[in-house]
Amino acid sequence: MRIYPAKPSKVYFYATCLVDMFDPQAGLDAITLLEQQGIEVIFVEKQTCCGQPAYSSGYDKQAKQVAQSQIDLFPENWPVVVLSGSCGGMMHHHYRRLFKGDSNQAMVDTFCDRVFELTEFLVNVCRASLIDQGDKSVVVMHTSCAARREMNVHLTATQLLEQLDNVEIREQAYESECCGFGGTFAVRHPDISQSMVEDKTQHLCATEATELVSADWGCLLNINGALEYQNKALRGVHLASFLLARTGGQ
Amino acid sequence: MSQSDSNSLNNGVHIQPLAPEHFHQQAKAALADPQLRQNFRGAMDYLKDKRKLAFSDVAEEKHIRNLSEAIRQRCLSKLPDLLEQLESNCINNGIQVHWAEDAIQANQIIADIAQRHNAKEIIKGKSMVSEEIELNHEMAKLGINCLESDMGEYIVQLDGDKPSHIIMPAIHKNKQEVSDTFAAHLDNFTPTIDVDELIQTGRSRLRQKFQDADIGLSGVNFAVAETGTLCLVENEGNGRMCTTVPDVHIAITGIEKVVEFLTDVPPLYSALTRSATGQAITTYFNMITSPRREGELDGPQEVHLVLLDNGRTQAFQDEEMRKTLQCIRCGACMNHCPVYTRIGGHAYGTVYPGPIGKIISPHMMGLEKTKDLVTASSLCGACGEVCPVKIPIPEMLQRLRNEAKNPATAAHPEIKGQASAASKTEMLAMKSFAYAATHPAIYHLGSWSATKVRGLIPSKLGAWTQCRSAPKPASKTLHQLLKASHKKDQS
Repeated sequence: MRIYPAKPSKVYFYATCLVDMFDPQAGLDAITLLEQQGIEVIFVEKQTCCGQPAYSSGYDKQAKQVAQSQIDLFPENWPVVVLSGSCGGMMHHHYRRLFKGDSNQAMVDTFCDRVFELTEFLVNVCRASLIDQGDKSVVVMHTSCAARREMNVHLTATQLLEQLDNVEIREQAYESECCGFGGTFAVRHPDISQSMVEDKTQHLCATEATELVSADWGCLLNINGALEYQNKALRGVHLASFLLARTGGQ
Repeated sequence: MSQSDSNSLNNGVHIQPLAPEHFHQQAKAALADPQLRQNFRGAMDYLKDKRKLAFSDVAEEKHIRNLSEAIRQRCLSKLPDLLEQLESNCINNGIQVHWAEDAIQANQIIADIAQRHNAKEIIKGKSMVSEEIELNHEMAKLGINCLESDMGEYIVQLDGDKPSHIIMPAIHKNKQEVSDTFAAHLDNFTPTIDVDELIQTGRSRLRQKFQDADIGLSGVNFAVAETGTLCLVENEGNGRMCTTVPDVHIAITGIEKVVEFLTDVPPLYSALTRSATGQAITTYFNMITSPRREGELDGPQEVHLVLLDNGRTQAFQDEEMRKTLQCIRCGACMNHCPVYTRIGGHAYGTVYPGPIGKIISPHMMGLEKTKDLVTASSLCGACGEVCPVKIPIPEMLQRLRNEAKNPATAAHPEIKGQASAASKTEMLAMKSFAYAATHPAIYHLGSWSATKVRGLIPSKLGAWTQCRSAPKPASKTLHQLLKASHKKDQS
């Protein structure tokens, strides 16, 4: 169980490469959510990618170069709030492994200790309390495997949703099962990945929820791509955008 | 009967023989077989539920897993000493100990014992290590017949097939398919889908075979160093029959199965049965400490223990990958694996399928043959989450991927098949990625360009778009939007 610090006055915001490229609005919305908590949000412009594509493909050396460059961008002792469980897992968990035994291991560990996924930060550090201003809605959520098993934060995303009075949460069958993305896995083993995302979309649609949310753009890229391919009406949105819209932000 | 080289996926697609080098093709065939997928999904759901019930107390689960991990790590930390102690205590107890570096040596040892006794029939309890050395096949070449007596193994053997799961070898078959197998191979069998009847059929056909066999062969779940005791976990009683009825008992196991103390066994046993089948305890638990003693009425006259390395030393020598050897072969990782659940065990083409197979097979067969297995995971972590001895399987996969792509460094000894998946094109791509990601100006120029050509993104993007629409970049990146707002700049 992780021990959380008191709410800080400033945080670094790590948007992730996928949000930067595919859903910048989710980034803006997450910044607003944090600002609503009375926190000054620092966006370091030089941030790029956490290095996970190289790491999960077996290129530790290249991943480490990228990791070092990202760590160097966040020198102050402020929390780094990451907009994805998967990138959060990379920066909180796997950076430690990459630098294990190196001369700067202690420095890297200190950085890793400062990394938080957005929903765990809102719930466990900010103790955010949300007031639902939206209409009745039926929602299903997909939690990434990294959020669930590396960051152990699947409950915090649910806790945020549960604060919304007009939102009914539906649970899909095989909820904890992977959507089949896994970065380069999806293209190295396309047939297995396909069988996984087809099952996942089927279970999501079977809930008859009208909205799909997830706090991970990796999974959304996969799930939304499959839903669009299947001509399904359901589309996933980032949890940050959903929460902000429900609480009357913007 | 001997195991045949020819194996089949359930849908009749014959690939001879199944091999990890053909993983892609085998996985594709399995995915296209709805019956096979239904059999696995159903069976895995059942086993997952059983495990969940057995670990309904979360605090207890945590305690058992921590304890089991600590025991296995302690035992592995003194593995060479414990093996010597085991050998010496076994010898004192009258058990003959043999060392085999690889499958050839192990088969030779067993063949020598068999020939010394002029043995023609070996009856086998369940042993994955015997699968590892392809014992049945090798003995058949010498005119020695091996008969499987574990019900699942028996079914699989009738079909000339191989196990698809380390605990439940015939899990790929439903009861109708088992009935079909019996009907095809057994005389006077009336087809039925009554499970009890099917089991009774198998048991009654096997009963006399225990009496007729010259040698009984078994695996070992825990070999206790301090007492020289071989522990065997089973539910069917066939293991006890194999190890007590024939005059000669041969136990074969991997060198990692040794534990230090007798008191190490109960926690590991509990972790094993709960994780494997959701049982608090199995129907049978055998502890073998010697051959038949003076005045005893039953038991074998000779007991042999064959200790097999077969690549385990390679894993042992590397501090990180040594964790692979913590495995107590419960199969929980495969039961919870979304890949295994969909493709089944045969598609891997290795004796040990699923997550544990992906991390142990490279040490046995080399990365050249198994490189496609180590990438066949989304790294979802479901395996590591349930592993009773807490092997960080995703981290092991990560590590093996790196070894498959890169030459050895000073930090670790070279492993078999090192750098066998190295690709100049991919290396160039990864170097370019790392260069861009560490040079923000270039990186952001790249993402800016992507937003400019977003309308031109082709609708077909290779493997990605075989079941998905192509992703479309936003019209402006977050970097651009924040820059335009002038409010968050800090670089």
